[in-house]
Amino acid sequence: MAAIIQGIGAATALTSPNSLDIKKSFLSISPRSLSVRKGSSFVVSSDGRLSYGLNGRGGRAEHFITNAVAAKEDTAAASTSSKPGHELLLFEALREGLEEEMDRDPTVCVMGEDVGHYGGSYKVTKGLAPKYGDLRVLDTPIAENSFTGMGIGAAMTGLRPVVEGMNMGFLLLAFNQISNNCGMLHYTSGGQFKIPIVIRGPGGVGRQLGAEHSQRLESYFQSIPGIQMVACSTPYNAKGLMKAAIRSDNPVILFEHVLLYNLKERIQDEEYVLNLEEAEMVRPGEHVTILTYSRMRYHVMQAAKTLVNKGYDPEVIDIRSLKPFDLYTIGKSVKKTHRVLIVEECMRTGGIGASLTAAITENFHDYLDAPIVCLSSQDVPTPYAGTLENWTVVQPPQIVTAVEQLCQ
Amino acid sequence: MASWFLKSTRSSSIRGVIRKLPMAFSGECTAVGIVRRRFGSMEAGQKLDPCGSSEEEDYSDNIAYQNQDLNFPGGKVPLTSQMKFISEASHKRLPCYRVLNDDGSLISNTIHEQVGEDVAVNMYSAMVTLKTMDTLLYEAQRQGRISFYMTSFGEEAVNIASAAALSPQDFVLPQYREAGVLLWRGFTVQECTNQCFGNKDDKGKGRQMPVHYGSNKHNVITISSPLATQISQAAGVAYSLKMDKRGACAVAFTGDGGTSEGDFHAGLNFAAVMEAPVIFICRNNGWAISTPVHEQFRSDGVVAKGLGYGIRSIRVDGNDVIAVYSAIGAARNMAINEGRPILVEAMTYRVGHHSTSDDSTKYRPMNEIEYWKTARNPISIFKKYIERYGWWSEDKESELARNVKKQVLEAIKTAEGMEKPALTEMFTDVYDQMPPNLYEQERSIRDSMKKYPKDYPIDLHV
Repeated sequence: MAAIIQGIGAATALTSPNSLDIKKSFLSISPRSLSVRKGSSFVVSSDGRLSYGLNGRGGRAEHFITNAVAAKEDTAAASTSSKPGHELLLFEALREGLEEEMDRDPTVCVMGEDVGHYGGSYKVTKGLAPKYGDLRVLDTPIAENSFTGMGIGAAMTGLRPVVEGMNMGFLLLAFNQISNNCGMLHYTSGGQFKIPIVIRGPGGVGRQLGAEHSQRLESYFQSIPGIQMVACSTPYNAKGLMKAAIRSDNPVILFEHVLLYNLKERIQDEEYVLNLEEAEMVRPGEHVTILTYSRMRYHVMQAAKTLVNKGYDPEVIDIRSLKPFDLYTIGKSVKKTHRVLIVEECMRTGGIGASLTAAITENFHDYLDAPIVCLSSQDVPTPYAGTLENWTVVQPPQIVTAVEQLCQ
Repeated sequence: MASWFLKSTRSSSIRGVIRKLPMAFSGECTAVGIVRRRFGSMEAGQKLDPCGSSEEEDYSDNIAYQNQDLNFPGGKVPLTSQMKFISEASHKRLPCYRVLNDDGSLISNTIHEQVGEDVAVNMYSAMVTLKTMDTLLYEAQRQGRISFYMTSFGEEAVNIASAAALSPQDFVLPQYREAGVLLWRGFTVQECTNQCFGNKDDKGKGRQMPVHYGSNKHNVITISSPLATQISQAAGVAYSLKMDKRGACAVAFTGDGGTSEGDFHAGLNFAAVMEAPVIFICRNNGWAISTPVHEQFRSDGVVAKGLGYGIRSIRVDGNDVIAVYSAIGAARNMAINEGRPILVEAMTYRVGHHSTSDDSTKYRPMNEIEYWKTARNPISIFKKYIERYGWWSEDKESELARNVKKQVLEAIKTAEGMEKPALTEMFTDVYDQMPPNLYEQERSIRDSMKKYPKDYPIDLHV
């Protein structure tokens, strides 16, 4: 996979095989060097000045993020017009990515509950059914295990389905198909049948949706061999990851978050595809590495504001790729800062943070000056009451405290 | 325990069967476009459902219909002011389509496909091959040479005749007792034994249990152990075939036990709603390991469930080669030309044990097994049929038996002697390209092997 590419020339704890043997078709479409957002290395300083912060270069102290939601400007290198790109919301970005892929490849199809004429519960598939017809945007009866199975069957015979779970929690009903078939059939068939399916849907803790609708399924799925998992957090990476997931020949689970669908961002007009296995550098720093993904990215960035005011310089990385982890980017950061804080929404037991802690300890133990700290939700079902629900999710003040303790 | 299997299920008139099916064969129902169907529920009461109401004798025992219809989402329904519950069982079970008598003679006035000599003899040979392969591989398991095996004794006709009625482009999703379908399509006995021994020539690269065959070349998906997962996948395959307009159908097999799984319900429901060209073949062989059908469901077998999903169905004698061949052929034409799913319940009997891990004499009487092994044996019945036409003789029989036995024994010997897959194959195909963590894990094993060679089997190839 493309993670190999990141190993070129870098002395990491990983042993990388000969990268020339590994081909990744989409590299020819958007090689890493052309991707403008090489991890969001842009900071907007308080006087509105743009600076192109490249990873690890100095002078960070006076730059800080003005708001928690990433609001990036295009560089001159990428844009040719005076007002480059277009603004859109995250769910529109997902749709744009989906639509571009459906235009490009007639085998891409969508299936799920209410995705067709209703346009999807979160409007991600709005307008697609009238455009592509009922056959390519399929409304299914309510049987998650079965429409996931259906997607797998369709994928094995040449289609590239995008299966939507109305809420990630409902995909628990599809666990049999995802684990026993989706992840396995390419292997058990000796490589004869491939399953280029994308399974996507909103998950995470919303606003008082109750325990069953606030599941963090990445914890349960992370152990399944054969699948890839990515989590989007901005309109820019949502579109790029959607496109990459559709083009991948492996089964990919794309985790969206219920509360992030209305984020607005300006993205480029030109086509781009992101790397499924790459993490995103949100804010370069020196003192501590903060690893996070999805909604927690915004809590971290809010805490970062406070931390900067207090004189800390946190490096924030949105890991994006939940399976496999981008240990190259993470490792580079750990070697620089020697301190790691993981902020996640999963439960403490068996979550992404738990696996990430193990992976970092195994690979970069020598570079750590302090034990890894992992902030996660408690091991309780998500309560309905608003105050209780807030306490179950990691909040910025806790992140600030954790960094202060870590950096003592 | 259900005693239905001891009764003769001969149908008196095939035409009577056709009349009793609720849907008209003229295909009026399919004239309704997808869009209209989709929004049919929103036009409740605006239009009469063109498929009409089912015939009275199918359901109601003397219900008095009034001359009025009620509007509801989903269409109009006729009124009655009699409060009458529909019985849980009709007074007569749904009939079973059969063409051959037990002595191999044709039942008079039957509708069936004419089978030529070549096809008939090929089908017979394939059935014998399947049985011989099953016998010898079962014994091989008993001798400890393979770890596991499942036989198809008693179900050879369902296997071979259904495969013969399909075309090679039809995509098959088996359960696990349909090795005959692969054999018919050209998957060799050698390839079967390679899979059972898990050697390096196995198409599955030694990754699945024995009998979990799969071959994309023959359009048969690799078998996955959990029951009924292939049923909902079949709906997806059919959807894919329909989108690409490939003029082929999907075929999913299951047993009577598999119909209790959630995937059966949803797979059939989906296929009906999506108007997907798929044939669901249920081998109702009476037993799900030790669970008899009476403890599996209380419906009139599986064919009765078709109506519940709006799927055209038929019950057929699974031990009658000509009946299965005809029914599947007809089902295929309907599925493809009319774009609809078909449910075929093939009544048969599982003569063997569920698998090599089972001893069925513990839960069923020996005389029951003997009866189905002898008097209702599909292979002997069909043999009598082809002998009647002069297409077969005792000489040909002994020659076939000799050749097939030799072929299977050689295949087993070859497969047994062949190398197992290399260590690398443990890590390939998990993804399309091998990721770094798997490279590391492979390297870790190799290091271990170098350090402690005595702890690893000698024939482990790297």
